[in-house]
Amino acid sequence: MEDIKQLKVKRRRKHKSIGDRVFDFTNYTLLTALTLVCFYPILHIFFASVSDPSALMAHKGVLLKPLGFTLDGYKLVFKDNSLLKGYMNTIIYVGLGTLVNMVMTILGAYVLSRRDLYFKNFIMILITITMFFGGGLIPWFLLMKDIGLYNNLWAMILPTALSTWNIIILRTGFQSIPRELEEAALIDGASQANILITVILPLSKATLAVIFLYYLVGNWNSWFNAMVLLKDRELFPLQLLMKEILVANDSTATTIGSAGGVVINSAQSSTAFRELVKYCAIVVSTVPILLVYPFLQKYFVKGVYVGSIKG
Amino acid sequence: MEILRKNREIDHVRTPSEPKNAKRLIQKDLKKNWFVYLMALPVVAWFIIFCYGPMWGVMIAFKDFKPLLGFADSDWVGFKHFIDFFSGPYFWRVVKNTLLLNVWGIVFGFTAPIILALLLNEVRSSKFKRTVQTITYMPHFISLVVVCGIIHIFTANEGVVTQLLSFITGKDYSSLLGYSNLFRPIYTFSGIWQSIGWDSIIYLAAMSSIDPSLYEAADIDGVGRVKKMWYITLPQISPVIIILFIFAIGGLMASGYEKIILLYNPLIYDTADVIASYVYRRGLREASLSYSTAVGLISSIVNFGLLWMTNTIVKRRSESSLW
Repeated sequence: MEDIKQLKVKRRRKHKSIGDRVFDFTNYTLLTALTLVCFYPILHIFFASVSDPSALMAHKGVLLKPLGFTLDGYKLVFKDNSLLKGYMNTIIYVGLGTLVNMVMTILGAYVLSRRDLYFKNFIMILITITMFFGGGLIPWFLLMKDIGLYNNLWAMILPTALSTWNIIILRTGFQSIPRELEEAALIDGASQANILITVILPLSKATLAVIFLYYLVGNWNSWFNAMVLLKDRELFPLQLLMKEILVANDSTATTIGSAGGVVINSAQSSTAFRELVKYCAIVVSTVPILLVYPFLQKYFVKGVYVGSIKG
Repeated sequence: MEILRKNREIDHVRTPSEPKNAKRLIQKDLKKNWFVYLMALPVVAWFIIFCYGPMWGVMIAFKDFKPLLGFADSDWVGFKHFIDFFSGPYFWRVVKNTLLLNVWGIVFGFTAPIILALLLNEVRSSKFKRTVQTITYMPHFISLVVVCGIIHIFTANEGVVTQLLSFITGKDYSSLLGYSNLFRPIYTFSGIWQSIGWDSIIYLAAMSSIDPSLYEAADIDGVGRVKKMWYITLPQISPVIIILFIFAIGGLMASGYEKIILLYNPLIYDTADVIASYVYRRGLREASLSYSTAVGLISSIVNFGLLWMTNTIVKRRSESSLW
């Protein structure tokens, strides 16, 4: 098989027409340009984060290498208690939240993948309706307050415990497992829970990996619920602090001498250092999530495709 | 074997034609599947509390809701809040902005990943392809807050994009987020930057399952690469495009208010304020709870209407549709 493929490739190369070459050249150029555009902002932020703050302030436009070198920005970020606290909070919300997400989604998907439930269609309709209708922000907010999900840990976990879309993706994954396997397990006397754990879950690794990643990224990056439902700064996740540092266009605007709670002492209290802290905070809050996805990348195509097309 | 037969039995009668048997069937089902129902319990409870709970709360749109009085004791005011919104000065502004931002999103944002997938599909070096993919996925994993922070940095007075624009047009620009006429391009193209790679996955997956004999036949006829793209690849993935298009239309009115809240400022409300950000500002910032619930309700009704309409049109014209 491999040989034939290689032969084909070789033959194709030999017969490359001028049109083919022009096409390939244009194609590769466009793709390279796009890749650079996608990558440049990330590079820019990284370079800026280690640059000398006063040189950075004086600089205009494109940044192709760091201007000088200093780790002062990072020192400030790591010395700052509110950011570290935010980091800790985020880790707790992400860990606990993703665990709850996965357990709930597996339960939901398993139930909906059963072919022999009398009330299955009823549950399915109950869930599907919520994809098209909702109460809206204000009724949702009032309800959260009424049931006590305000200004505490659970406000960050329970309202986002499930995503309908992910249940449907995982259900489709479960359904693609040959039924004979379950039947064989049934004959061997396995219980429903046994079948789920020993047969179905191990066979759905790709889909599980993808929805795990969805939830993980979602939890790590979430800020809106925190902004609406949390009041004490002690509980704020990293992203909400990042909003205060980076996006200062409302009443929470940063005051002179601090950037979103990162205190810059008087010797350093220049706009230059505030800028530097912005860049360092971006790097520190983004690197963990950028480190995760390449490991799960091989599952993307399969997992995303399974869910979206057949869903 | 007994178990299997039981299994099949219930399967067959899942759409019961004899209502007499229903009660017996339910009993049998509950007895056999009680554990599965136990598993379903937390899920169903979650949906009822967190999704249907707010739907019930929508009734405050028809009341003059005062938090101190509570749901039951607040006065009914009928359609007062709806009429206020329709006749208010912001109605056209927010509806127009919502629609226009979404039209931009569909014209540019929806097509961009399709184009990327078409280009990537023609790449033969798998190493190059993988590199392009890995890098273009990257922005998808950066949080919205940080993306908006980067937009703020890049469009500030001395920012890269501002400088670039000044260079191209020959005019001097100060912070770009202060110009109303630039908000839509900034919003749309930053969105493409963030999602183009990730959104192309699904089209690439669809392309990988196209029957290669189609291309071979075209090769024999001496068809060029661009034509193959246009006449084979694109039509072959059109079912996927159509489904995603319907979803895009359905999401028209509910567009990403988080990003707008992070980007806009009072200077550019005339192009940046959309229904959802208006609901947020009036409801949570200015505590006009009933009024903004009414506005939100209108937007979700219109949204569903659009979804239904698109689906009907698409169904009439092609075979693929949502329902």
